[in-house]
Amino acid sequence: MAPRTLYDKIWNDHVVDTREDGASLLYIDRHLVHEVTSPQAFEGLRVSGRKVRAPQKTLAVVDHNVPTSDRSKPNPDPESATQIETLAQNARDFGVEYYSEHDVRQGVVHIIGPEQGFTLPGTTIVCGDSHTSTHGAFGALAHGIGTSEVEHVLATQTLIQKKARNMLVQVDGSLPAGVTAKDIILAIIGEIGTAGGTGHVMEYAGQAIRELSMEGRMTVCNMSIEGGARAGLIAPDEKTYEYLRGRPKAPQGAAFDEAVRFWDTLRTDEGAHFDSVIRLDAANLPPIVSWGTSPEDVISVAGVVPDPDQITDEAKRISKHRALEYMGLKAGTKITDIGIDRVFIGSCTNGRIEDLRAVARMVEGRKVHASVNAMVVPGSGLVKQQAEQEGIDKILIAAGFDWREPGCSMCLAMNPDRLAPHERCASTSNRNFEGRQGFKGRTHLVSPAMAAAAAIEGHFVDIRNWG
Amino acid sequence: MQKFTTLTGVAAPLEIINVDTDMIIPKQYLKTIKRTGLGTGLFSEMRYNEDGSDNPDFVLNKPGYKAATILVAGDNFGCGSSREHAPWALVDYGIRCVISTSFADIFYNNCFNNGLLPAIVSREDLDKLFDDANRGANATLTIDLEAQEIRGPDGGVVKFEIDPQRKHKLLNGLDDIGETVHARGPAIDAYEQRIAGNRPWL
Repeated sequence: MAPRTLYDKIWNDHVVDTREDGASLLYIDRHLVHEVTSPQAFEGLRVSGRKVRAPQKTLAVVDHNVPTSDRSKPNPDPESATQIETLAQNARDFGVEYYSEHDVRQGVVHIIGPEQGFTLPGTTIVCGDSHTSTHGAFGALAHGIGTSEVEHVLATQTLIQKKARNMLVQVDGSLPAGVTAKDIILAIIGEIGTAGGTGHVMEYAGQAIRELSMEGRMTVCNMSIEGGARAGLIAPDEKTYEYLRGRPKAPQGAAFDEAVRFWDTLRTDEGAHFDSVIRLDAANLPPIVSWGTSPEDVISVAGVVPDPDQITDEAKRISKHRALEYMGLKAGTKITDIGIDRVFIGSCTNGRIEDLRAVARMVEGRKVHASVNAMVVPGSGLVKQQAEQEGIDKILIAAGFDWREPGCSMCLAMNPDRLAPHERCASTSNRNFEGRQGFKGRTHLVSPAMAAAAAIEGHFVDIRNWG
Repeated sequence: MQKFTTLTGVAAPLEIINVDTDMIIPKQYLKTIKRTGLGTGLFSEMRYNEDGSDNPDFVLNKPGYKAATILVAGDNFGCGSSREHAPWALVDYGIRCVISTSFADIFYNNCFNNGLLPAIVSREDLDKLFDDANRGANATLTIDLEAQEIRGPDGGVVKFEIDPQRKHKLLNGLDDIGETVHARGPAIDAYEQRIAGNRPWL
């Protein structure tokens, strides 16, 4: 057999049928469901009298819309309450396991999948959310789908797909101190652009990727979509298996060992063909800050806001001028001279225990700057619980951070957590689009450590020589 | 699903690249549990002022463009989230075709489940279509999906790309779920039996 990529292998393992029109019917092993993109899908099932084909392969959780304030109080937003209750009702009616906002296992859908061991290597995973690419960190083919496709998967446990192209992102070398997984992925997106991965599945490989923890690998795969790729993949290894061992929904005992023997085959073969290859040297990477309104608008913390007039393509030049105007920034401004009003620590990109530990290390014994409002939203109830066991909550609260309940929160600002117009935020989330964190709000994407240092100083700092 | 065969209408120019799904339909509209009614939220942050009044500078608020059924937009339209609310909002407003040089994958896919045609044209042709669209209500475009043609007001013809199966689906307004359930049921059963043996831990 010709050498195959990891993507080729998972794809081939899941083809149920080939349609007359050339598209494939792909089997879906795991389906994650949340309150925002599922109500219309369940309604569609009801209207056509269909059931959920495989409820045991489906897991539902509320995350996008839940308030991160005291959950013992009623939800202040009636529309949000309706959407949450609709998911609870749909889960009951269709026999799907559901984590409510009062369940300690509740959290951002892409945090709880891995945490429960629902996410496994070699599986296909979908969810009505573009950051489903996160699960690729386990060597799972995982991507976001629309609501019509959610309904298709609920009804048939399959998805109609055309195979994507293979892209290899090779990250050699080791990360310097102060530089993280977030900086790797921001650098990649800066390099290829926000449409650079369109039509591709990206496989991340190389020493720097192997050296990342599972949390770091999830951060990298999470933002594949910001580079245009629906899915990112990292081959599973011992770190993957150690992370999964003993998780509630992972195979147990002998079944786990049997699974590992299969998972060990999930590697790209020597000589397999990639349609495109990107190379990056991790040793040369700085901490990165986004300056504009697209995740491709990134620069070293040691740099300055770029000058759009240097761009030759007219449409792009106009778009970057628009971005600077929206962001209230002038070309040539030093990144470390940009002052901030808000800090958001959390999201499916950086809301895991390792991220909270990194923030705690930076801020222990210090105080959040007087002009900054800083909030921490753990990715799940279990992340929150673990952080509290480790005393991280106390360190953060003592420093002046607001310690909140788990959910998507100000990553997309569907709940009450949002920026006021013109407020500037150092955010560990994934998108700096216009209005993303609140109408006319200004988002700078950074790593948790960079956000933490900015919270203390009130402006961005180069954490390589800070402290 | 509504079929798409031909469409003649006013085309609104949206000369912005990387129009993301947060721009198309901001999050405050995602709290609905319905597919309909999202047209009022379409491009809301550009379309309305802070006090809720119409922003007269936004293209769909300009005379002649309110009834647009076609959108001509910059590269990489629809990037960002998977929210199908984006095509729902476009269709609910009355837009049935978006023309660009490129689309983000998930948005592109979602269009075909909603009778919305994303037409891919070359950069040169897009510039030509921007010129046509800038002439407002005096310059309607005609989209012919079967012929894969966009016919301009002055007799100019632009070809667009679309893969055959997606074209077939739009032309006939096909429902994927019905097809999969009826025609693929046995294949899915067989697959499930096979993995129960091969990968019992699933």
